Amino acid sequence: MAKYYGDSTIFHYNLEQVLQGFWRRYPNPYSTHVLIEDTVEREVTKDGKLYSKRLLTKTNKLPKWGERFFKAKSVCIIEESLVDLKSKTLTTYTRNIGFNKIMSVIEKVVYRGDVHGNKTIAYRSAWIDSQVFGFASAIRAFGCERFKKNCQKTNIGFNYVLGLLYPMQNQHNSMQQDVAQKFKEAAKQVSEHVKEQIYEASHYNMNQN
Amino acid sequence: MNSIGENCNELKSKYDQCFNTWFSEKFLKGDKDDTPCKSLFQTYQKCVQEALTLHQIDIKDLKTNHIDGTEFEKKSAYSDSKNKNDNGTSEKES
Repeated sequence: MAKYYGDSTIFHYNLEQVLQGFWRRYPNPYSTHVLIEDTVEREVTKDGKLYSKRLLTKTNKLPKWGERFFKAKSVCIIEESLVDLKSKTLTTYTRNIGFNKIMSVIEKVVYRGDVHGNKTIAYRSAWIDSQVFGFASAIRAFGCERFKKNCQKTNIGFNYVLGLLYPMQNQHNSMQQDVAQKFKEAAKQVSEHVKEQIYEASHYNMNQN
Repeated sequence: MNSIGENCNELKSKYDQCFNTWFSEKFLKGDKDDTPCKSLFQTYQKCVQEALTLHQIDIKDLKTNHIDGTEFEKKSAYSDSKNKNDNGTSEKES
């Protein structure tokens, strides 16, 4: 039975920007594990959607125990995508080819522009499976953990590329981050100040006693 | 980004450039005619297909399409119902 993982991510860019950035996601400083990228199929379907299939090769870093199952240093990944302007979505399906009995990861992501047109939400589902007798459960658990970590890197990397393509927007984002950072610092100062006050007060009380 | 075939890199970058411009300036604006980059794509594809054979990539595996989501989502729906039948017991090894 495959292990399921799901999450959602907000990108502070409209769907058109996300769509254009999607094809230029690699390379970025957070995707050093992606070695190769090729488009192997592309067509506009009869109903006007854009279908693409890309082949990616990624490094396959493993803990020592995993090396007995996977000998390969890299894995091939197929990414299928469908841009549907009518429903304002980009749907992607990504899966590894080869070694599927050992571990298979299938990921589906639906990118949907929000109603206000200034954000895009990515809804991610993933199924991680293994058929190695006696170890399947451990491999699935490991695969799921590694997948979660890679998702974070993927999101940071995608945001980085979008920031390069649309710097004005990025400024807006970094401004938001600045405000958040300043707020955090202020909160920290306040809490330290309060701590000092408590300390002084307790000291005072002790002296009084 | 590099192509699987070292000798395909230049063809790939020319095609990618053409595609990105076409995608932004045509497709997104409703013009679905994809002829502008077609010849560049075909030349690039010829190179990639040769490289795939050279790297022994399983073409059959590559050809399978999942985009309609049927196979896996069905499988997972099946797993879910199976799990319910099992009354939440732990996973079974096949």
